[in-house]
Amino acid sequence: MTQSPTIVWIPRDAAARSVGADDVAAAIAREAELRGETVTIKRNGSRGMLWLEPLVEVETAEGRIAYGPVGEDDVAGLFDAGFVTGGAHALHHGPTESVPYFANQERLTFARVGLIDPLDLADYEAHGGLKGLRAALAMTTDHIIEQVTESGLRGRGGAGFPTGIKWRTVADQPDGEKYIACNADEGDSGTFADRMLMEGDPFTLIEGMIIAARAVGATKGYIYLRSEYPDAIATMNAAIAIMEDAGWLGTDIQGSGTDFDLKVRRGAGAYICGEESSMLDSLEGLRGEVRAKPPIPAIAGLFGKPTVVNNVLSFGTVPVILAEGAAHYKDFGMGRSRGTQPFQIAGNVKQGGLVEKAFGVTIRELIEDFGGGTASGRPFRTAQLGGPLGAYVSEAMLDTPMDYEALAEHQAMLGHGGIVVFDDTVDMMEMARFAFEFCAIESCGKCTPCRVGAVRGRETIEKIMRGDNAAENLVLIEDLCELMTDGSLCAMGGLTPMPVRSAIRLFPGDFERAGRTAAQ
Amino acid sequence: MTGSTAEGHGDMVKAICQRHGNDPASLIEIFHDIQAELGFIPEPALTDIAQAINRSRAEVHGVMSFYHDFRRQPGGTVTVKLCRAEACQSMGALELIEKVCARHGVTLGGTSAGGVTIEPVYCLGNCALSPAALVNDRLVGRVTPDRLDKAITEAAS
Ligand SMILES: Cc1cc2nc3c(=O)[nH]c(=O)nc-3n(C[C@H](O)[C@H](O)[C@H](O)COP(=O)(O)O)c2cc1C
Ligand code: SF4
Ligand code: FES
Repeated sequence: MTQSPTIVWIPRDAAARSVGADDVAAAIAREAELRGETVTIKRNGSRGMLWLEPLVEVETAEGRIAYGPVGEDDVAGLFDAGFVTGGAHALHHGPTESVPYFANQERLTFARVGLIDPLDLADYEAHGGLKGLRAALAMTTDHIIEQVTESGLRGRGGAGFPTGIKWRTVADQPDGEKYIACNADEGDSGTFADRMLMEGDPFTLIEGMIIAARAVGATKGYIYLRSEYPDAIATMNAAIAIMEDAGWLGTDIQGSGTDFDLKVRRGAGAYICGEESSMLDSLEGLRGEVRAKPPIPAIAGLFGKPTVVNNVLSFGTVPVILAEGAAHYKDFGMGRSRGTQPFQIAGNVKQGGLVEKAFGVTIRELIEDFGGGTASGRPFRTAQLGGPLGAYVSEAMLDTPMDYEALAEHQAMLGHGGIVVFDDTVDMMEMARFAFEFCAIESCGKCTPCRVGAVRGRETIEKIMRGDNAAENLVLIEDLCELMTDGSLCAMGGLTPMPVRSAIRLFPGDFERAGRTAAQ
Repeated sequence: MTGSTAEGHGDMVKAICQRHGNDPASLIEIFHDIQAELGFIPEPALTDIAQAINRSRAEVHGVMSFYHDFRRQPGGTVTVKLCRAEACQSMGALELIEKVCARHGVTLGGTSAGGVTIEPVYCLGNCALSPAALVNDRLVGRVTPDRLDKAITEAAS
């Protein structure tokens, strides 16, 4: 055969595989063989347009051309249509990077996700990988921390604490054993950015963690990765082995004098282990119970030693900050929310996926312009922002910009950037009940307001559902919420009232209606 | 059966602990590895682990019981984890769970006569392609009862 092989990209991302990417890859290989076409199949991360998965891309002179969602049954037709040269077809979307959903993003943290083979270190470097680390190795540790602080990066795990300040605290502790711990527990419903980064560009996370280690003087690191993510676990382990072989992990990294060992540790299905102190106990082989603060982990963390705990996206954003400079990153965003956030649009939405945008994009733009409205085609009713501990929002709040402070003004929160859309069939009293139920199931049990309050809250809502003294019981719920907010040791019990109260405040009718129906 | 089985597993359990350097901090990894071999954590294993990592049996038991992942009884040959968190609920996960359980003749958490264990889970990170399920280690998106059955059949074979 004389023709040079066409490169066809098919994601290996778990979400793409969950709707048949492996079958499509096999079908394309089979069909190509049958037709005597030379096709090289490469597996990338997902571009984040999850509603188009499996999204197949063909490399042509005009760039990568997208087809999706491709089913096994579409493959023969795609070959008939000449898709290997970018031919027209009902599933053809033109150049991937011109699809508005993708073109209208600002991709910094996710710049390489979907573009490269996640486990090809040369491909990684060719697309700007290791540039940040190389810069960091040439800087003083103070300068690294200054850059991170100057960038305005705030923790992407939910609390939004400035990353540079946390690193400063750890660096300022006396020399000795220190740790870097990556929080990859990603338990929030409606979030999958950590998973996509780990599966689609694992070297970025490792690079960020090495930079952190050098900055604070740590020599050991762990990635606490939830067991619900078997693909991400496999990819991270493979990526660590590759970085070790290439001399980017281990002793005296690239002759810099920096030592850093990194390991993946699996979680075991406990949501609370995403709370940082509970995660540290779990990493020590203990029950994942929340520790009383102080001391903060930066002073006494893993095995009592100073520890940097950051989310996957926080570490994963550090390389681009050091590669392009703090000012470049800081240029994006609004107010005190600098840079970009990988938003995750999920639930009952037509075009669910990952959208990395500068802070300041409105909720409406994400749900309507990117998301395309509800999947069911029914009217929008609400969205929950920031996971199971986050608030529900109403239609009237949709023009609020996504920004830590702006959301707080509306008694809502950004959390880890997840948006779960619901249509008008949702029963907000049921969602409030579920918030309590979830807290009861996942509470670590250490403090009474949470352990007992969550169960009482669920029971009380169930009473209202049965039409039992609705007005009185709503007052009781409010009291319980106050108790949990003020008296809980951590945000699990402390924030469970947020979804509950927002549901009652914004959708009071749902709580009256149920009582009346039951009373009839 | 328990006596000899426990002895038979004793060596395997000890080998797993050793592979983790008998390090108490690796206890959760140790549980995962044992469960990967046996499908559950047999009672006698707790004593073996406790000895190997130099912690009390009560502590080891306390850790195991804290985490939803670990089973004390054998499950079926296929484990299906059905997501019932918010994003999946918005796409009908609760109705789906009811249907799937009815089809297999079990309540959530149980094992069917055909050896399928059906468990709840809270988010699998596939919330844009809800409802989601994990069939053994394979993620399934846009789950319908039929798509799920296909995945179960594939996992069983
Ligand atoms: C109940 C609960 C669950 C949490 N889950 C996560 C999680 O899954 N991932 C995460 O990064 N942070 C989670 N957090 C926040 C962490 O406690 C911590 O703030 C974060 O890991 C710090 O990293 P960052 O500064 O980079 O965000 C959770 C907090 C609470 C209270
Ligand atoms: S609020 Fe709940 S989860 Fe947090 S420490 Fe108290 S009992 Fe544990
Ligand atoms: S909520 Fe079901 S996969 Fe995330």
